[in-house]
Amino acid sequence: MREVHIDVISEAVKTLCQEANFDLGDDVLAALRRAKDTEESPTGRDILEQILQNAEIARTERVPLCQDTGFAVLFVDLGQDVHVVGGDLNQALFRGVAEGYGEGYLRKSIVWDPAIDRTNTKDNTPPVIHTRIVPGEKIHIVVAPKGGGSENMSEVRMMKPADGLEGIKDFVVDRVKRSGGNPCPPIVVGVGIGGTFEQCALLSKKALLRPLGEPNPDPRFAAAEAELLERINALGIGPMGLGGRTTALAVHIEVFPCHIASMPASVNINCHSARHKEVEI
Amino acid sequence: MSEVIRLTTPMTDEDAERLTIGDRVLITGIVYTGRDAAHKRLVELLDRGEELPIDLAGQIIYYVGPSPARPGKVIGSAGPTTSYRMDSYAPRLIARGLKGMIGKGPRSEAVRDAMIKHKAIYFAATGGAAALIARAIVGAKIVAYEDLGAEAIRELEVKELPVIVANDVKGGDLYSEGIARYQRATA
Repeated sequence: MREVHIDVISEAVKTLCQEANFDLGDDVLAALRRAKDTEESPTGRDILEQILQNAEIARTERVPLCQDTGFAVLFVDLGQDVHVVGGDLNQALFRGVAEGYGEGYLRKSIVWDPAIDRTNTKDNTPPVIHTRIVPGEKIHIVVAPKGGGSENMSEVRMMKPADGLEGIKDFVVDRVKRSGGNPCPPIVVGVGIGGTFEQCALLSKKALLRPLGEPNPDPRFAAAEAELLERINALGIGPMGLGGRTTALAVHIEVFPCHIASMPASVNINCHSARHKEVEI
Repeated sequence: MSEVIRLTTPMTDEDAERLTIGDRVLITGIVYTGRDAAHKRLVELLDRGEELPIDLAGQIIYYVGPSPARPGKVIGSAGPTTSYRMDSYAPRLIARGLKGMIGKGPRSEAVRDAMIKHKAIYFAATGGAAALIARAIVGAKIVAYEDLGAEAIRELEVKELPVIVANDVKGGDLYSEGIARYQRATA
C-alpha cells in the first residue's frame, strides 16, 4: 500500500486553485479564437477579443481571469491502494483551498448561512468535494472553480420517460434561452441525463470537465450534442447576450442508467471562463 | 459600429440623453461599486428615511465585487456581476438621482421604466474580462460597509473604462434588439 502525506495533497490543491483561476485551458482558448473568426456581430467580435486579451493578461500577470473566482468544486479519485497519512484527508483539501485562495489573492465568495445572515467564511471554504474510490495507488484531483452567475442559470428537471430525447433537447434549449446574457456567454453547456435526482445534477457538472468539443462516445448522444449546439447558436443570444452567433462553445452530454419511472435531465451552465485544472499524485 | 464616446462623471441628464444603445463608451472619473448586500442596506436606509452613506445624484454604480488587490496594486480583477439581482432595488436608487449602472445581463421592465422616467443609462461591461477591466481602475477606496468585504461600497477612480450602452433613456434595449437581429428560424 502506497502512503501519501496530507501535506502533498494540500499543496496540490493550493496550486490547482490558483492555476485554474489564472490560466484558461488551451481547448477553451482555441474555441474562443474560432468563435471570433466566425462571429458576425461587430459587438460580439469586440467582446470575444476582450475575452481573449483578458486571458492573456491573467496568464502572464498571474491574476484571476474573473473576479468571481468561484466555489471550489473538487473531484477526488482516491486509489484504493493509497493510504493517506498525516491527518484528515478532508481537512487537507479544505486547507489547500483556503491557502490557494489566500496566496493567490482570489476572492472569497462563500457565505456560511445561505438564507439568514450570509456571513462570509473568509477563506472560500468549504469546498464541494466529490470523492470516488477507484482501483490503483494514485490520487487524481480536479479543481473546478465555479462562478455564481452561470451556476444560477442551471436546472434539474424530473422529466417523464414519454418526453423522450426530443423533450430533453427542448428543455436544454429553453433553459439556455431563458438564461440569455446572464451566464456570460459564450457558454459551455453540461447536460446530465438519467441517474437519480442528485446524480443527474452531478452528471451535468462532470460534463463540463470534458475537453471542449470532444463528443460523447455514443454516436447517438454525440449527434444530440451537435444538434443542440446548432439550435443554441441559432438563438441569437451571442457574446454577453448582446446578440450574435456565438452563444455556446460546446454542449456535452453525460448519461447514466435510470429508474423505469424516471427520466431526469439537468443543465449546468459554465461561463466562457470554463476553468478546471487537474493533477495526479 | 459606432464611434467611441468619452464620458466623464458625474453624469447629467444631457449626458444620458445623448447616449443610444450600442454606443461604445469610455468612462473616466469616479464610479461607486455596489452589489447584492450593499443594495439591500441602501434600500433599508431609504425605507427608514435615513441618509445614504454616498450621495447618488449624477453618479454611476458599478455592480462588481473585486478580487483582493495584490501588494502594490490598487485592485484585483474587477469585472461586472449579473445585474438582475439588483433589479428589485435599482428603481429606488434611480429615483434618488443615480444616473448610471454598469453590469451584465438584461434588466427588468421596472428598471427600464425608471431609466426612461429619470433619465438614467444602463451600461454593459464584458463579464469575465475582469483582468482587462481592472487596468482602467487607477484608484480604489472603501467608503461604506467595509464589513462586507468584496461587497463593500468602494469609490473607484476609473480612466477610460470600456462599456457599451445596453439601455438608453428612449427605452432602447440592446439585449432584446441584438438577439432579435441574430436569431435564426431553427431556434
